[in-house]
Amino acid sequence: MITIHDILEYMQIAITQTDSADFMKIDICPKFESVLSEIQITLNDLYFAMENLRTWMQPEYNIGKNLATRMDDCFIRREPLGVVLIIGAWNYPLHLILLPLVAAIAAGNCAILKPSEICQATEQLLAELIPKYLSQDCYAVLCGGAEDTKSLLKNKFDHIFYTGSQVVARSILLAAAAHLTPVTLELGGKSPCFIYGHIDIQKAAKRLCWSKFFNTGQSCVAPDYVLCTAQTRDALLPALRETLQTFYGPDPGASPDMGRIVTPRHWRRLMDMLEKSKGKVVIGGESREEDKYIAPTVLVDVLESDALMQEEIFGPILPILTIESLDEGIDYINRQEKPLALYVFSDETSVVTTVLNNTSSGGFCGNDGIVHMALPGLPFGGVGASGMGSYHGRWGFETFSHRRGCMNRSWLLERVNVLRYPPYSDYNLGWLRWATTFKKNSWGGCSVM
Amino acid sequence: MSREQKAVERARKAFLTGRSKPLEHRIRQLKNLQRFLLEREKEIAEAIKKDLNKSEAGTQLYETLGLEGEIILAVKKLAEWVAPRPVEKNLLTISDTVYIQPEPLGVVLIIGAWNYPWAVTIQPLIGAIAAGNAAVVKPSEVCVHTAKVMEDLLPAYIDKELYPVVTGGVSETQELLRQRFDHVFYTGNSMVGKLVMEAAAKHLTPITLELGGKSPCYIDKNCDIPIACRRVTWGKYSNCGQTCIAPDYILCEPSIQGRVLEEIKKSIKAFYTEDPKTCPDYGRIINQRHFKRIMAMTEDSTIAIGGDSDESTCYIAPTVLKDVQVNSKVMQEEIFGPLLPILTVSGVDEAIDFINKGEKPLALYIFSPDDKVIKKVIAETSSGGVLANDCLVHYSVSALPFGGVGNSGMGSYHGKFSFDNLSHLRGCLIKQLKMEGVNDMRYPPHTAKKLFWARFFILKNPDLGFIGRMTLLTIIAVVAAMVLQRYLQ
Repeated sequence: MITIHDILEYMQIAITQTDSADFMKIDICPKFESVLSEIQITLNDLYFAMENLRTWMQPEYNIGKNLATRMDDCFIRREPLGVVLIIGAWNYPLHLILLPLVAAIAAGNCAILKPSEICQATEQLLAELIPKYLSQDCYAVLCGGAEDTKSLLKNKFDHIFYTGSQVVARSILLAAAAHLTPVTLELGGKSPCFIYGHIDIQKAAKRLCWSKFFNTGQSCVAPDYVLCTAQTRDALLPALRETLQTFYGPDPGASPDMGRIVTPRHWRRLMDMLEKSKGKVVIGGESREEDKYIAPTVLVDVLESDALMQEEIFGPILPILTIESLDEGIDYINRQEKPLALYVFSDETSVVTTVLNNTSSGGFCGNDGIVHMALPGLPFGGVGASGMGSYHGRWGFETFSHRRGCMNRSWLLERVNVLRYPPYSDYNLGWLRWATTFKKNSWGGCSVM
Repeated sequence: MSREQKAVERARKAFLTGRSKPLEHRIRQLKNLQRFLLEREKEIAEAIKKDLNKSEAGTQLYETLGLEGEIILAVKKLAEWVAPRPVEKNLLTISDTVYIQPEPLGVVLIIGAWNYPWAVTIQPLIGAIAAGNAAVVKPSEVCVHTAKVMEDLLPAYIDKELYPVVTGGVSETQELLRQRFDHVFYTGNSMVGKLVMEAAAKHLTPITLELGGKSPCYIDKNCDIPIACRRVTWGKYSNCGQTCIAPDYILCEPSIQGRVLEEIKKSIKAFYTEDPKTCPDYGRIINQRHFKRIMAMTEDSTIAIGGDSDESTCYIAPTVLKDVQVNSKVMQEEIFGPLLPILTVSGVDEAIDFINKGEKPLALYIFSPDDKVIKKVIAETSSGGVLANDCLVHYSVSALPFGGVGNSGMGSYHGKFSFDNLSHLRGCLIKQLKMEGVNDMRYPPHTAKKLFWARFFILKNPDLGFIGRMTLLTIIAVVAAMVLQRYLQ
């Protein structure tokens, strides 16, 4: 795993070329976002794994036992699954391959990596570096498009880890079913962002802008849309304008810190949504086809039926939906599919708690955006349509491990065993029941067998 | 709307009212379930007798005793399981609240099997209720009388909208699988397991598959053979071998094969008398189809013990086959019946190689007095679970996760694992809008200086006590103030 560290160090230098070639970011400053979101987060998880791996790999002996198994050894081992397939996505092409790889290696598996073909420079870089630094027998990078991935999926794997869209996820699950392969799906959804109640609107605006426009809104956990009252909206808009001015200057298109959309096709999709939207553009709206630029854009008066509300935006467009009460907002969210992330900005703890308790989402962050992803202690994953399974930190290790329950029985106490052998009798059963109901500091164990 | 669709819709509506979530509700339902098992002992035993010809003591021992234990554990521990679980923080989040909140998934589909119809159908239900879900229960149609008892009597004890019992055969199950669930829990064979997974894939529904496989049983020549054989006999012939974790076949050195046969014969006699056919504690094969399937497996092997059968009553005597070859019929699929093949190997290494050539089994058994041998087998093989020096009983330890790997299944349950498996563990970070100075580092316009500080703060995850945290907080505040001052200049 130390070699992954080397790869990452090398990549830090190379990252300017790759992400910039793909995202049209040039210069030292955009390196900021890439360094944080691609390199740093992976390094973080890597160090965390290296520090804790010995502990994670230890068999878990602290198992409660029942009366008759007190003489026995019960423990849980974490074992490798075998060969895992990791399919990456294009929005964070490096970390979405390398972070799962760290977990897969930590758990003792071999891995096949299939980076996204959309980010060609990163794909090439991985194909070049991985065999150089890691054992070529155990870890391979396979490049290719959709057809190649389909063929790849005909093979049997011991686990498939996929980051991407729901449509492709379904076909991956179907392919996995043929081999009874367990799957982790990191998908997405429309992550709602409540701004409600008493709130420091300046700070909220800053954090919201940062989370939304980071990587030009192309994050699976970007706040997709805002839910707030008309009053809050009116206070929010000037705060957003001010923040955007501070971040990117008067013309975000000229700022080196503003990214671009990944491909002309994705740019077209976003422009279509924007054109079809019936909302009112109050901030931004400018765009340029030549360099796939879309300005940080905010729309108001957006309704549930709007073109922007039918699928995950995944771009620098922020619709604001007006609600009259918190319950209205919660009802709206619960009518949609469960999102990958849910955000609430509020000074009032009751608001945060109410939303938390009455909704479901992959993860949750109060008073900020995205950063809950950076904590290796929290499981990162979706629920419902936003995905299944989780990773980061120890969760990644567990995802790529088989938790094997082991019991080593003593040769003694055969006389107690006699109670369970035929011929069955009510008398013996009576003793077994007694031993079952007698529980002293035991965590579990339902029958004395 | 079909009957199945209606049941699922009603369960979802009931779930959306939120009434399955409060702790009191879950505990009450679990206690009612426990009452059901105690009060209806007679009806349950009668149904099992008609379906599987199990004796009343056998039913309690293998079916309901385990369930009662799981309910008692869940009721006792539920408040703890449901509580938010704290998590390590990094420097940037040192003053924030970080935890994992277990939440219900929604509506769970539980498809039961016929071999332990109560155990494998109700145990997942206990987990589903404990985790705050609604659950549609689909008992196996093979156990006609048991399914009827579940359908008729369960609604009198537990919420019939939240936890409906839907009976039926293949087409009803297929109709159920067309509906959308938040989790599907299936116990059965791998063929149907694949179909269940395909159906779930359409809705992106997570699944738990408790399948099976050929569970190997290695008997070391130095072990206490009489005790080992007694335990193996019990593990094999309980429920007439129709147990997903029954020792499927034995691997041992040729030098002890004779003794093993002798001891198994003795144990069979002690358990089931000279004439198991007349013994009330010996079961029957579930139906003619399986009877024929199992009998066909004996065709190309040598029968050392037993072998007699009676198709009209689906009776197959406790049978042992010796000197079995790897390509014989009995070694091609999970036996799930009272045939015990013995294959000879030269030692533990050959046994390990043999095991690794097959699919990963649900259980693996090793009988040896030498811990080193046991450790070696565990380290060099893979299986759902492992049990050394006995059979089946690891199932009863709620603190051990019970589930398969590879072809033997995915996901696990029992005890807290049932609860976690049927919950969504939601990562929560609740920040304050203070300490914005530290956040400034991440905002554009980006500079190399800011990047340096951002990296510094994100990198470490200290695990400090309260005083440590407060000290660190002070240091951070000072540093942040210094950093801010620099930028303000």
